[in-house]
Amino acid sequence: MFKLSKESEDFVKKELSRYEAKYSAIIPSLFRVQKDHGWVPPEAVSVLAKLMEIPEAHINEVLYFYTMFNKRPVGKIHAQVCCNISCAMNGGRELADALCKSFNVQDGVMSADGKITVSRVECLGSCDTAPMMQVNDRYIENLTPELAVRKLKEMGA
Amino acid sequence: MPSQQSLLLSEHYGKPDFAKLEGYKKHGGYAVLAKALKMEPKAIIDEVKSSGLRGRGGAGFPTGMKWSFLPANGEPRYLLCNADEGEPGTFKDRLMMERAPHQLIEGMIISAFAIGCKKSYIYIRGEYDFAKEVVAGAIVEAYKAGLLGKNILGSGFDHDMDVYSGAGAYICGEETGMISSLEGLKGQPKLKPPFPAVQGYLRKPTIVNNVETLAAVKYIIRDGAPAYKKYGTEKSPGTKLFSVSGNVVKPGNYEVVLGMPLKDLIFDLCGGLKPGRKLKAVIPGGSSAPVLTAEEAMKATMDYECLAQMGSMLGSGAIIVIDDSNSMVDLLQVIMHFYHHESCGQCTPCREGTGWLSKILHDIASGHAEVKDIDLVKKISEQMMGKTICALSDAAAMAAISFVTKFRSEFEQHLQAGKRTLGSSAHA
Repeated sequence: MFKLSKESEDFVKKELSRYEAKYSAIIPSLFRVQKDHGWVPPEAVSVLAKLMEIPEAHINEVLYFYTMFNKRPVGKIHAQVCCNISCAMNGGRELADALCKSFNVQDGVMSADGKITVSRVECLGSCDTAPMMQVNDRYIENLTPELAVRKLKEMGA
Repeated sequence: MPSQQSLLLSEHYGKPDFAKLEGYKKHGGYAVLAKALKMEPKAIIDEVKSSGLRGRGGAGFPTGMKWSFLPANGEPRYLLCNADEGEPGTFKDRLMMERAPHQLIEGMIISAFAIGCKKSYIYIRGEYDFAKEVVAGAIVEAYKAGLLGKNILGSGFDHDMDVYSGAGAYICGEETGMISSLEGLKGQPKLKPPFPAVQGYLRKPTIVNNVETLAAVKYIIRDGAPAYKKYGTEKSPGTKLFSVSGNVVKPGNYEVVLGMPLKDLIFDLCGGLKPGRKLKAVIPGGSSAPVLTAEEAMKATMDYECLAQMGSMLGSGAIIVIDDSNSMVDLLQVIMHFYHHESCGQCTPCREGTGWLSKILHDIASGHAEVKDIDLVKKISEQMMGKTICALSDAAAMAAISFVTKFRSEFEQHLQAGKRTLGSSAHA
């Protein structure tokens, strides 16, 4: 059964009174769950709903609207490769393909050993350093496929 | 004009200590706030109005005029800083938040004082983790120094500021989408009127301004509107941060006066194209801005009027330079995939239209289409315009129309050549 840590429960309670509207605490709370678990399991939504006294349906609505919330498990290393225009012009799509091939994974599907997920994403606002990727919460820029594979391996992928 | 850059907003970007309060103060930080707090709020609004400052996020609406739509009573009001930078090709606000967070905060406190607002939020796109960290740290510093909170610098003015993180949705850069998101809802835009200045965040009067706009307020108050208007053109005064990317030798952020010839920006400041390459097209204001042909780009000046006259727009100031190694069919496919992915799904013409366009363009790109499908792209796009709550649908439609109209022969040749191998779409 899913359980929030004491620290995370305290965090959620604090967020509930941080903003003018208590619904504003949903996004920060979902981020917190994701920080603890790597993704947002469906049971977490029920737990949050009870704790926050917000309908489960509404939390799910928010969860599914925003792309940064992982609705299924992701690898310890989540490499998100920008494939929007400036990166596409500079090899972003080829970079994503090369990573999928190198780590033997499909776009957006976690590797069998849980080490890595490679996802194609939209513009990350680092167009002058194309192609680039976001690995967990860090930007890694000015990449070539070889360089990207090496960096990810160094990080344990 | 290469010497005329980094005039105001980016003057100190290169100094590592500028991101911290102490370093910021060394360069005159918060002196303008002290000056502003001694002014009449109305005098600040008048100065901003007379400076001709227009919103730097994309829509280009006059800032002072937006402020004057607020009700003239004591009703509580909010200031939201739009830092949900998501327009493809744009990376100027991220850099400012990372390098000069106090410049934004100072501009915000001055603006808040002018409009009589006691609470503001900086809504930062979720992916900008480092920017969020830097800005949140700067807010803590500002509180400790008495620059935020009660009785700021002994003026009697109280103001609180907080950061709110987005969670991945382009549409939250639309001001009413941002308000929905901050309210804890899906980031879907709201019908206007009522405009946010009358009924915004929690149905209270709300002003939403872009990062660059709010930072510019600081310099307008520091130097006065007449001095600010010496930069730029008569109708487009001031400086602007341009994010240049694509096929230039030196991509990056460049702050120049409005009205600078696009040609000079690309070929002087950005070092031109790679050897042997020819300019094919330029998207002058983020992917929502209709594309310019090389010929148009050579004549364009980077101001609101010239680009509007050419049927495009200055937008967010994201210049995407496209050389002759690219296929326009391929690039439009990438762009349309984006709009389909980011449509919030509220309005039928957008939800369905962006999906159809994305599918048809994928078919065209992979050679599974006919020449008449190029007309279909145009027809669908025309049906998507002016029919929706926000501008996402129009942006997608205008981009599509500009590509298939200005580069029609390339689309035709591509289809006539039969099945061709192009890069896969963004999420094939």
